[in-house]
Amino acid sequence: MSIFIDEDVCNGCGRAEETLCERICPGDLLFRNERHKAEIRSQADCWTCGACVKACPVQAIDLKLPTQILKSDVSLRAKCTKHETTWEIRNRNIIKEEFVIPATTGNGVE
Amino acid sequence: MDNISTVNLDTDILIIGGGAAGCMVAIEAKKIDPNIRCIIMEKAHIERSGCLAMGLNAINAYLNNGQTPETYTKYIRDEFFGVIREDLVYSIAEGLNESVKQVEELGLPIEKDQNGDYVTRGKRSIRIFGERLKPILADAVYRAKVGVLNRVAATNFIFDGERVRGAYGFNSRDGKLYVVHARAVIVTTGGASGIYKPIKKGDARNTTWYCPWNVGTGYAMGIRIGAEMTSFENRFIPLRVKGVNAPTGTIAQGSDIMHRNAQGEEYLEKRYKHLGGEKCLSIYRLLATLQEEKSGKGPCSLDTRGLSTKAEEKLKTAYLNMNPAIVLLWANDGYNPGKRPVEISGMEPVVIGGHCQAGYWIDRERRTTIKGLYAAGDVAGGAPKKYVSGAWVEAKIAIRTAIDEIDNVELSHINDDEVDKEKERVSHLVSGKEGIPHEELERIFHEIMDEYAGGATTHYELTETKLIIARDKLKKLEEKLENLHAEDNHELVSCLELIDRFDVAKVLIEHLISRQETRWPAYQTRTDYPERDDNNWLGFVNSIYDPVNDRVKIVKRALNETLCNI
Repeated sequence: MSIFIDEDVCNGCGRAEETLCERICPGDLLFRNERHKAEIRSQADCWTCGACVKACPVQAIDLKLPTQILKSDVSLRAKCTKHETTWEIRNRNIIKEEFVIPATTGNGVE
Repeated sequence: MDNISTVNLDTDILIIGGGAAGCMVAIEAKKIDPNIRCIIMEKAHIERSGCLAMGLNAINAYLNNGQTPETYTKYIRDEFFGVIREDLVYSIAEGLNESVKQVEELGLPIEKDQNGDYVTRGKRSIRIFGERLKPILADAVYRAKVGVLNRVAATNFIFDGERVRGAYGFNSRDGKLYVVHARAVIVTTGGASGIYKPIKKGDARNTTWYCPWNVGTGYAMGIRIGAEMTSFENRFIPLRVKGVNAPTGTIAQGSDIMHRNAQGEEYLEKRYKHLGGEKCLSIYRLLATLQEEKSGKGPCSLDTRGLSTKAEEKLKTAYLNMNPAIVLLWANDGYNPGKRPVEISGMEPVVIGGHCQAGYWIDRERRTTIKGLYAAGDVAGGAPKKYVSGAWVEAKIAIRTAIDEIDNVELSHINDDEVDKEKERVSHLVSGKEGIPHEELERIFHEIMDEYAGGATTHYELTETKLIIARDKLKKLEEKLENLHAEDNHELVSCLELIDRFDVAKVLIEHLISRQETRWPAYQTRTDYPERDDNNWLGFVNSIYDPVNDRVKIVKRALNETLCNI
C-alpha cells in the first residue's frame, strides 16, 4: 500500500465540499466514502508524492511504501505550518525521527 | 451522459497545464498587463499538480560563478552530441538566474552559506528547500487574479484549420465539457510518462520517476492538429535509487561518493575514465551502470558507507523536500545510508523536453508551427536540461510573444458542429454498455512498447525490425480504442489519457525508426546502426501528423534550421 488513512482520526473535513486530500491529490485518487471518511480508490495508482499527507489538517494520513504490508509498523507523517514542514518517522506510533524543514520564506505572502 | 453539457468561457490567454511553466506564464502575463484576461486549465489542482507535486531539492539549471550562457550552451551541446537547438538553449541560459531570483522573491527558501550566497551543487546547480514550490507558485497565481479551472483535463485544441482558437476540457468534478475560447493559447502540459511499461509492478506500478499523470496530452493535442514535433526519439531514461525512484543526484552531485558495482569495483573510474570517470556526463553514468548490470556485475550502488550522522541527516532533509519515500525506505529496512550503499538502476523511458528534447518544434520566441499556439517547459522541444528554471524562462518568453501578437487577433468562436464532435468523442466513452476498461488496453500497449520499442526489459535497445512490429501491433490495437469504456468521470479521464499516449507512441515509433544511427546511447541505442553518423544525422528528426490519411510524415531539419513557420 502507498498511504494509510486512519478512519479513527479522519473527520472527513466536516462539511467542506470535498476533503482537503481529495482536493489536492494530483491523481484524483481520493474521495469521501459513505462513512464520511477519506478513502483512496486505488493504492496501485498512488505515486507516493505525499500531497495528501501534507494537506491533511488532522494528520490522519500516513505515507507508506507500496511494497510494505498493510498497517506495517513504519510510516511517515507530515505537519505543515505556515513556514515549516515537520516530518515524523514513526514506528508503532512512536516518533523515531523528526525533521523540521523551512518551506516558505513568507516573502510572497501578503 | 449522452447529454454532456458545456460551459463556455472566453479569455485572452489560455494556459493548458498549471505546472511550473504554466504558473509562470500566468504570473508573467498579469505582470505585463494587469488587465489581460488569463485562464489556466489544469487536470489536477495547481497547488500540487504535475512533476513538482512532491517538491524539489535543487535547481539544476543555474549559472554559478564563472558560468556563462556560452559555457552553459556548450555543456548541453556536448552532452547531446551536437544535436540541440542552440538558439533555444542560449535564450534559456540568459534568463535562468533572473527566474530563480523571481521565484525566491515569491517565497522559495534557497539554502545560503555564511556569506549569504547560494549553496552550490556543482557548476550549474543550487540547493533549495522546495517542498512547497508548487504551493508557492499557485499562491502567486491566485494573488495575480488569474482564472484557474482545476480538475479540467484538456481534451483537444479548438482549431479552425488555420489557427488555434482555444481548447476543450473535461471537468472530472461536474462532468461538463469546458469550451474555452482564447486569443492565444500557451501549452505547458509537460512530457509523457506511462508510454513504456513501468518497471515496478502491482501496488508499486505508479512509483515512476516522472509524474504518472503527465501523459503527453499536450503533445497528443498538437499531433492531432498537425503541429510539427521534434526529437521524440531522444528519449530520457532516468538513473534512480532502486525501489523508490528517488533522484541519485541528491547523493552524487557535488559529493565525492563513488559508484560501485557488486564486485566492489569503482566502475566509472575503472572503465570510463576516458569519458570523465566519476565526473562524466549523466548519459555515461547511465550507460555505464546499465552495462555493468548487463554484464552480470550488478547491482550498482552509490557507496554512501561512512557518511556521518550529520551528513545522513542532511541527505534525509534533502530527500524529504523531493522524494519522501526514500526516507521511509531506510527506516523500514532498519539502516541508514551510512551503513549500506544505495542501489541505483535505470527506469522506464520517458518522452520529455525538459531533460531530453522531445517536443513541439518552436522558434526562439516559443511559437509553435500552428498560429495562435505557443509552447514552454517539458512539452517544448529542442532544449534539453532546461529543468524547472529553464521552464520558467521559456514561460516568460512565450507569454511576451503571445501578448505582443494578440493585438490584432479577434476572439473567434468555433461553429457548434465542431463542439458537438468533441462532445461526442468524449461522451461515447461512457455511453456504451459494454466495452474495454482502459487498464486492459493499457497493459497490452505497455507490453508492445516494452518488447518492441526499446523498453527496460529489452535493455532499451532498438532495431528497425522490432520497431516495425511495434508499429503494426499498435495499429491493430488502436482500433480497439473505439471500445474503451469508462464507468465514471475519473475513468473517463483515464481513457482520454490512454488515447493521448497512443498518439504520442505512434509518433515516437516513427521517430525511432527514422534515425538510422546511434546518437544518444541508452536513450536511443540502435543495435542495427550502432555508430554515430554525423554525415547523415547531425540534425533533427521532426514529424507532422496527417490526420486525414493517419500518417506520420518525417521531416529532417538541419541544425541551423530554426525558422519553423511552414
